[in-house]
Amino acid sequence: MELQILANGIVLGALYACIAVGFSLVWGVLNVINMLHGSFIILGGYITFFAWARLGIHPIAMIPVAGMILYGLGYMVQRGVINKVVTQPVLITLTLTFGLDMILYNFMNVVFTATPQRVTLELGSFDVAGIFMPWDRMVSMLLAFALTGLLYWVMRTSRVGRAIVAVRMDRDAAALMGIRVDQIYAITFGIGAFMAGAAGAVFAVVFPVTTNLTGLYIGKAFVVCVIGGLGSVPGALVGGMVLGVIESFAGHWLGPQHAITVGFVLMLMLLITRPSGLLGKKGYE
Amino acid sequence: MMRRLTVPNILFSVWVVVLCMLPFVESSYFVHLATNIALFTILAQSWNFIGGFTGYPSFSTAAFFGLGAYAGAITQNMGLPMELAWIFATVLVSALAALFGFILLRLRGHYFAIGSIAIVEVLRLAIASATDLTGGGNGMNVRFLPGGPEYVGMVFLYTMVGLMVLVFALTVWVDKSRFGFGLRCIRQNEDAANMVGINANLYKIVAYVLSASFCGTVGAIYASWTGYIDPTDSFEILLTLKVPVMAMLGGAGTVIGPVLGAAAFSLLEEIFWANFLEYNRAILGVVIVILIFFLPRGLLNLDYHKLHRRLQHYAGQKPREPSE
Repeated sequence: MELQILANGIVLGALYACIAVGFSLVWGVLNVINMLHGSFIILGGYITFFAWARLGIHPIAMIPVAGMILYGLGYMVQRGVINKVVTQPVLITLTLTFGLDMILYNFMNVVFTATPQRVTLELGSFDVAGIFMPWDRMVSMLLAFALTGLLYWVMRTSRVGRAIVAVRMDRDAAALMGIRVDQIYAITFGIGAFMAGAAGAVFAVVFPVTTNLTGLYIGKAFVVCVIGGLGSVPGALVGGMVLGVIESFAGHWLGPQHAITVGFVLMLMLLITRPSGLLGKKGYE
Repeated sequence: MMRRLTVPNILFSVWVVVLCMLPFVESSYFVHLATNIALFTILAQSWNFIGGFTGYPSFSTAAFFGLGAYAGAITQNMGLPMELAWIFATVLVSALAALFGFILLRLRGHYFAIGSIAIVEVLRLAIASATDLTGGGNGMNVRFLPGGPEYVGMVFLYTMVGLMVLVFALTVWVDKSRFGFGLRCIRQNEDAANMVGINANLYKIVAYVLSASFCGTVGAIYASWTGYIDPTDSFEILLTLKVPVMAMLGGAGTVIGPVLGAAAFSLLEEIFWANFLEYNRAILGVVIVILIFFLPRGLLNLDYHKLHRRLQHYAGQKPREPSE
């Protein structure tokens, strides 16, 4: 039984990590809390759902497509709007992304209606060592790991990735080395949105697609970022795993309605004791 | 100093009289609207203590509003008189705000902001899962005040406006006092403020409690006024964003700014609401974008001379030289 709960927790954790990496990247590099992230995920989910329902395209094939559409949207939003206030205090940037989120949320509610949609793949399930696991959950977990790994690889090896890390470390020094900081900010925000869109496509297989979930997703991103620390892929992965497993056990022991509360209380406790997270470095407040 | 303060005071007095006169000249729709404006004015004025004077990005208005609503509703249903239930809600919310403030105000910037949003979520979930006490997601009813809708409407309007005057007086006092000066120092540079002998932690906690107490009172009054509350309505995330936006729209950190912002925003919303009900959130979003890009310091701090000259320029007239 415990093994089953642990397995559920790991699946959940992989999905949480996938939610949080993009959010954490934007927060770490731009110092902007991107309240749009939850709506970006749902938008990716809608794109995937309609491609599947209307055109019959397989959701897995839609992952890069949804990601790229969201990349374009994120790049434009950052370039056109957020970049103009990116150095201002958190009250301004947070209020702005919150406001943009209201617009996108409202737009999705009107265009797609609030009725929950879902991609059903009917892949069946399997049993290993007494653990019951539906295949669609298994596949989405693997995809979530793959996406997180892909981001890690891009950040470690590509020129753009190194430039993003450089900007994160020291914006002014990076500018002196010939990095165009505005451009890197827009690309970073775009990558964050790409991850959200791709996560949305993965989630469309296991969770309903509805605007009601945007708040839940952004809440998970908060908690994972605080647990794992900001701006690093391993931090988000650890944070996601910790949150997934804890929620899974808390849901079993205390009842499912308390699982979310436990996550938030954990976050508040960590904020008090270790505001830079389990893997985070100090000085990125 | 005194002369500068009289202008907001006069403006505010006129506004109070206008709100109070509405029951005598217009229908119950306007009484409802005026009560709503007073409600949001109190919330925006409250936020101003922590967000405006102290400069901390707090988004926990909805937490204290919702908590106050439930505290008032539960005690009232247990048989406490309405006014005592309101006072109880205020005291309870203040005590909890002191506790949360003690925990959260050690954080700064982004971490404080998300911590303050998390409080809304934690309290909403806690209230929603305490089904025995609160009715959970089904919400709970509060007994209506007897005496007919017109009388009741006036009672709540005058209570709300009275509270608004009280919070305004408090704001005026904070603005002039040593305490307010300390808060402004914290906004500009907290470390320096600490260094010159301001007990920053204490000051911040007091400001945070001030920003919460009246949200609790207003929540409790709201519960008695509408007669029904539920977790999604009371802890609405929209509210927690709308209130800071109102204060910033008028001019955060000023005495009259939140009053102006709350009135302007409520009237704007009322006009749009009637015509575009399903675009409620988008309107808030658009207001935010306009606020941040065109009115970064609020309506109050707009350079009206410059604006006037620019308008004349667009109209094709020769811009007049500023005479003052």
